[in-house]
Amino acid sequence: MVEKGTWTVKKGLAEMLKGGVIMDVTTPEQAKIAEAAGACAVMALERVPADIRAAGGIARMADPTVIQWIMDAVTIPVMAKIRIGHFVEAQILEALGVDYIDESEVLTPADERYHVDKHQFKVPFVCGCRNLGEALRRIAEGAAMLRTKGEPGTGNVVEAVRHVRMVNEEIRRVQAAPREELVTIARELGAPYELVLQVAELGRLPVVNFAAGGIATPADAALMMQLGCDGIFVGSGIFKSADPEARAKAIVAATTHYNDPQILAEISRGLGEAMPGVDISVIPDHERMQERGW
Amino acid sequence: MATVGILALQGAFREHARSVAACGHHPVEVRKPAQLADCQALIIPGGESTAIGELMVRFNFIDEVRRFGAAGGPIFGTCAGMVLLAKEIEGSAQLRLGLMDIAVKRNAFGRQVESFEADIHVPALGEEPVRGVFIRAPYVTAVGQGVETLASFDGKVVLVRQGRLLAAAFHPELTTDTRLHAYFLKFLD
Repeated sequence: MVEKGTWTVKKGLAEMLKGGVIMDVTTPEQAKIAEAAGACAVMALERVPADIRAAGGIARMADPTVIQWIMDAVTIPVMAKIRIGHFVEAQILEALGVDYIDESEVLTPADERYHVDKHQFKVPFVCGCRNLGEALRRIAEGAAMLRTKGEPGTGNVVEAVRHVRMVNEEIRRVQAAPREELVTIARELGAPYELVLQVAELGRLPVVNFAAGGIATPADAALMMQLGCDGIFVGSGIFKSADPEARAKAIVAATTHYNDPQILAEISRGLGEAMPGVDISVIPDHERMQERGW
Repeated sequence: MATVGILALQGAFREHARSVAACGHHPVEVRKPAQLADCQALIIPGGESTAIGELMVRFNFIDEVRRFGAAGGPIFGTCAGMVLLAKEIEGSAQLRLGLMDIAVKRNAFGRQVESFEADIHVPALGEEPVRGVFIRAPYVTAVGQGVETLASFDGKVVLVRQGRLLAAAFHPELTTDTRLHAYFLKFLD
């Protein structure tokens, strides 16, 4: 019997993306540059997060025309974003045939209480997380892949580091805890007990976890990989830099050779200006994208 | 116990390492061509063939892997690995090793929403079918002389062998069934 949209094939595509870089692109030309540089997938957008941040207002799913152009331009998987809780945007992207949906805090949330029931879809979903409880709640809703939230569009890696360190710390706590403490820990995390039990047994998240939000340099990518992430999303970091092609290639190479300082030193040379950065403390709380979702 | 290199540039290399270890052999993640000298066999995992190909060029793997295969070193490619081993890739000028006399079509079953699981009958592995996990998978559209078709699905060739080279369109490493890895590792005998 042929079965489509199973957990194995949803989670499986994320496994295939591991050790790779997923790049935000807004045009077919950018998508081709990303593919040629060795991106393992692209995220099709109308605007990169830095521009969404600058533009303000309500950020929504991209026009299907833009997504379709990008799908036609490359052979690698194409992802696209929906607003948190906006299951109709998800239905539209599934009908369009995108390969992964990012239910993303980069866009303005459509529902302040519920995320999308991702089990209802054949297309797999990736969601952001800042801690283990949030990660496991998203998996419970059907996310087959996770990423740190970071603080998108800032070129500042500090929040992504905070989020992956928090997840790692909480995984170690779950792993070290005796069985009888796990129900209480699950309650404290706000996560389903069965998933907490799985984390205790595996010693890691049950799905692939990428780094996202603020990655701007090859060193940033390697840092997130050394901290235990499975791969890298780069949003504004590539096409907001002085030389996108060179930077894209360098970040791809850094994600593969994250443990080799010699190679990292070579590939970090002469990339030109990185994207302009933003200090997190100058962003008012209500404008922090990572605070969206729960 | 043999040392089995898993090309670890991008993709699902950890899962292959687990399967190799379950077969009683020693897996090694290969990120530099010089490491091939210590390997008795090589696995090219699933991932994105364009990404793996680009990294193979940049880090000088192409000639080294071709030499490894030409010298009789066993190589097993799954999904992207199958694409990279092929001589012909339909409608694409992307880089390939061209070690196997096969033509492949990429993303041949469709995009991710068409990805599927199905039982695959592989006579070489016995009666019990293999659970084939196909993720944006390719299939083989033509085989040359000396290429043996080991399995087909829905009339499409999905598992082929040419001497000590093996290529699968699906992902045995995503299951706990290690029979196909064991079959490949017998090429070492």
